[in-house]
Amino acid sequence: MAEPVRENGLVVGSFLEKVLRAGHFAVTCELGPPQNADGDLIRKKARLLQGCSDGVNITDNQTAIVRFSSISAGTITIQEGLEPVIQMTCRDRNRLAIQSDLLGAYALGMRNLLCLTGDHQTFGNHPEAKNVFDIDSVQLIEMVKRMRDNREFQCGEAFKGKEPRFFIGAAAAPFADPIEFRPYRLAKKVNAGADFIQTQLVYDVEAFERYMQKVRELGLHKEVFILAGVGPLKSPGMARYMKKNVPGILVPDEIIDRMAVAGKPWAGRDDLTSEEKRARSKAWRQEGIQICIDLIRQIKLIKGVAGVHIMAIEWEEAVRPIVEGAGLYPRPKIITESENMQA
Amino acid sequence: MIIAEQKPLKEIKKLIHDSEKVLVVGCGTCVTVCFAGGEREAAILASSLRMATKLDGEGKDVSHETVQRQCEWEYLDQIEAQVKKADVILSLGCGIGVQAIAEHFPDVWVVPGLNTAFLGLPVEQGVWAERCAACGDCLLGMTGGICPIARCSKSLLNGPCGGSENGHCEIDPEVDCAWQLIYDRLNKLDKLDMLLELRPPKNWRSARDGGPRRIIRDDLRLASEEE
Repeated sequence: MAEPVRENGLVVGSFLEKVLRAGHFAVTCELGPPQNADGDLIRKKARLLQGCSDGVNITDNQTAIVRFSSISAGTITIQEGLEPVIQMTCRDRNRLAIQSDLLGAYALGMRNLLCLTGDHQTFGNHPEAKNVFDIDSVQLIEMVKRMRDNREFQCGEAFKGKEPRFFIGAAAAPFADPIEFRPYRLAKKVNAGADFIQTQLVYDVEAFERYMQKVRELGLHKEVFILAGVGPLKSPGMARYMKKNVPGILVPDEIIDRMAVAGKPWAGRDDLTSEEKRARSKAWRQEGIQICIDLIRQIKLIKGVAGVHIMAIEWEEAVRPIVEGAGLYPRPKIITESENMQA
Repeated sequence: MIIAEQKPLKEIKKLIHDSEKVLVVGCGTCVTVCFAGGEREAAILASSLRMATKLDGEGKDVSHETVQRQCEWEYLDQIEAQVKKADVILSLGCGIGVQAIAEHFPDVWVVPGLNTAFLGLPVEQGVWAERCAACGDCLLGMTGGICPIARCSKSLLNGPCGGSENGHCEIDPEVDCAWQLIYDRLNKLDKLDMLLELRPPKNWRSARDGGPRRIIRDDLRLASEEE
């Protein structure tokens, strides 16, 4: 594959790329599009996230549930002054559809792309659907890189004119099995052309440090920007559920205990009024945000971590207090040399 | 081999409801071995249908025959007389058997008694599992003899995804993670470096995606059949 063309050291020139290449500790967050056609809901969520991050991931039919499309929601997000990281999975589209959508997404102003295999449709609201999986996430990364750096389609055919230039993201699951292979699978994604990585949720910082140690041994932290995934817990039940049921997420008992302690004033009572339940939920959520802040502060100290990706699922309001609490607010304003000269 | 299982009796009754004379045709090959449509199952189903339709007050004339292989004309010729006498043929062959009967007896109505499930093997008594997707371009040489196309829920070529836990696939704790199996086997045989290579997108033309497939072997064709 050809070496990427750089301008002022930038491959794409997205805000996220500028922040990362300038050496700032980056923050990305997530915006989940609605299960309806209401663009105003996306605007509302975008406003909540204004100024909180350097890029907003827009999920692509997350957990295989039909939602407002990532690229369309990305367009609205741009109108609201935020920079989207659109997501693309291999579950719903074959190589033709993916490339076609990406040409259009670039023209609409998208500059960051997270390449995913996609959750299996078994988990979603259309379990009877036929899946695609024509290519996998690693092949998707390579395809997007070749479109950008070689100006060629997956089939090898060259094209003329404007190429879609995406800052290429990929996911990593540091704690999924076989755990010894995970740093090497990350290496495959880096070799395929990933520019940045967003990891699965990290609650066990020690386990993540062990993973990062191996990543550093392989030198991967120098080739790719690694953003650790974090997310606020809403209740001790959510923490227990994730520990037990979600592959690749480790939740240490201390964190579950912290959540339980936050709900102590209401513990052991099954006669809670709805007002008391609200108060308990508020206390849990407050602790969830605090735990997230504490995790970010610890993760920030790990060598080779370039930022955090905050996944506050259906809880975009939590992002601002987390970013502020972790001392990551305000986000950097980046001015490139050429913009500086123009100014 | 081809693994199949019998359709529910209710569905079978519906498929034959407007016919008087029913011929159940078993097959002596794959579906015999997986206990879905052999001589024994054909006899039992014929008897069940006789009883069930009698109870429903519309007692049908149900007989049964089993051929060595429903997917070859010469075996179907052996039951031509019985076939011609029936109003409907209830095939207990796989989908190939049903179609062979339709193709070989153009004037005869044929319905399936089985759901053809997959290409696989018995992993223990009474348990069968899928092993091959018949993709037409075998890559088992790169994956230690374990097929990710048939056995990974997402048919990944650069697996495993993040849904692998304790050797199982996240879609079902009863399903093995194919990539964990591949990893373990390559690890054991000291060939883990094979997993570091980027596997390019698969050419699906040789699979069903390229349209219905056929194989022509000129070395085996008879002169008169050559185009």
